[in-house]
Amino acid sequence: MATAFTPPMRAPRSPWIREDRIAGLFKVSRSAFTEQSVLDRERERIFDHCWLYIGHGSELAQPNDYLTRNVGGRELIFNRDRKGTYQAFFNTCPHRGALVAREKCGNALGFKCFYHGWSFNNNGKYATRTPAGVYPAGFGDDGSVDLARVPRLEQYRDFFFVNYDANAVGLEEYLADARQILDLVADHSPNGMEIVGGEQQYTIRANWKLLVENSADGYHAAETHGTYFDYLLDAVGNDAAEALSNRENVSKAYDLKNGHAVIEGRAPWGRPIGRAIPAWGEKGRQDVAAIVAELQARVGPERAARIADRDRNMIIFPNLVINDIMAITVRTFYPIAPDLMTVRSFALAPKGEARDARKRRLDNFLEFLGPGGFATPDDVEALESAQRGYVNQRDAGWNDISRGLLKDQPAGDDEEQMRCFWREWNRRMEDGE
Amino acid sequence: MSGVAAMSSPGARSAEAPLTRADYEDFLYHEAALLDEWRLDEWFALFAEGATYEIPTAGSRDDADSAEALFYVADDYARLRYRVERLKKPGAHSEWPRSDGARMISNVRILGSDETGVRVGCTFVTYRAKNDITDIFFGHQHYLFTTVAGTLKIAAKRVLLDMNSLSPQGRVSIIL
Repeated sequence: MATAFTPPMRAPRSPWIREDRIAGLFKVSRSAFTEQSVLDRERERIFDHCWLYIGHGSELAQPNDYLTRNVGGRELIFNRDRKGTYQAFFNTCPHRGALVAREKCGNALGFKCFYHGWSFNNNGKYATRTPAGVYPAGFGDDGSVDLARVPRLEQYRDFFFVNYDANAVGLEEYLADARQILDLVADHSPNGMEIVGGEQQYTIRANWKLLVENSADGYHAAETHGTYFDYLLDAVGNDAAEALSNRENVSKAYDLKNGHAVIEGRAPWGRPIGRAIPAWGEKGRQDVAAIVAELQARVGPERAARIADRDRNMIIFPNLVINDIMAITVRTFYPIAPDLMTVRSFALAPKGEARDARKRRLDNFLEFLGPGGFATPDDVEALESAQRGYVNQRDAGWNDISRGLLKDQPAGDDEEQMRCFWREWNRRMEDGE
Repeated sequence: MSGVAAMSSPGARSAEAPLTRADYEDFLYHEAALLDEWRLDEWFALFAEGATYEIPTAGSRDDADSAEALFYVADDYARLRYRVERLKKPGAHSEWPRSDGARMISNVRILGSDETGVRVGCTFVTYRAKNDITDIFFGHQHYLFTTVAGTLKIAAKRVLLDMNSLSPQGRVSIIL
């Protein structure tokens, strides 16, 4: 008979996490996915203190380029000034609060609020012309009517992050071993990487942490995405069946510290960076061979093999996912409510990629990923289904993510990568009582 | 746009004389009914060999290029065929149990014709209901029609969502 899980530990502190490393059990309370008080605390303990992805340097190609974006619940302007320096401001007029930039992106020397006309240079400096005597002499000399600057903006390999805590550790220290994976992704191209035009923005009626778990979950792939793999086997043929059965290809999970984690292995699909499939034809095979040859010359054969022929799904705590799989997706998300999140997904690709190669990459992306793909919609269904199931939490209150806990080297279809996230989540939620 | 370029292969012919607007309206109403009723094989049979089916991201320009920009859907004929096959399987979890839907087609206009076929535009609203949640998709569509062996076929269909994003719809797991 199924019974509600009874936590075996003595006087555990956390109301949300039960980990027993001797018994090999790891449980997460479903209240962590449903309660407004948990979300309020996440905003305060996590989103106000962690490094949050704002965008990629390529999205602001020229000096004076800007884009507007909601990051961690704040409306921001991410831009470059006249000298080309990257900056981030809170998108709100110091006067009475209206957004000073209301378009998604553009190129502007300054920003003018449409409400009363207050103006700002694109370095945030107050630049409104007002007749003498209206305001006291020296009005704004203290910077109090400049656009408010986001406390921290730092980048690693062109991935830009903000932090709303002026005292947070630096980005590189925060990223810890996730830097090595970002290096692998950034090294795909000798010319640098770029975000492809066209952003997939959508909502999922589920808690945001369900998408964290799902984004690097090797366990669900075969069950949830059988219809995608049917398609793939058709497109790839025997190579795919062989790839699926070869133990050498089984992915492994790695703790990247600070709540970040990755699974890395060799999947059956084609990779535009280094693994052609028959469906791409002779031209595709030759194109990929040339890409791999350049890669080998630039980074050496061993690293080239890892970059070209290994697939990786990475969680960067708390809400960034970079999946370098059949294409590269950069995905960030944020909770609107305990049972609702907004998601933005981008495709990352080598700068200067040939049109044929770019088309293959985007087709590969769309076959699996995104709201119209052959896989992601079924993930959305699974997440929303779990959220609906959590209404039963009083009588069925715990998720189990124990898989592989007792292994020395957990596999990608174990759940260590999720435990890495949850341990850090729990540490921050409990911290500083 | 790539859709038009990709689908011009079914055979070069001289400019097709457009049928009447009512002919295209009848066709579009029939297409909508097939999708509402999940008669997907019959729906796929409306497409000419080599046809394309595309949905650029919300807010895209009408001439967005799937080789340069990320779409939601950029199906060639083979991928479209599998989209239909997949939706018939219980493993297409997002649409199993199947959602219910109703498609409204309006503002049908003949936009022009050339050697590739006749271009027709319309607006649409699609209601999708599942799990007691109703999502609404709306926008306009561009069709390229061609005649194959005396039968009107879709050579290209492009769905342009006039929404800001897929909030709150979250997915386009149905065919629009």
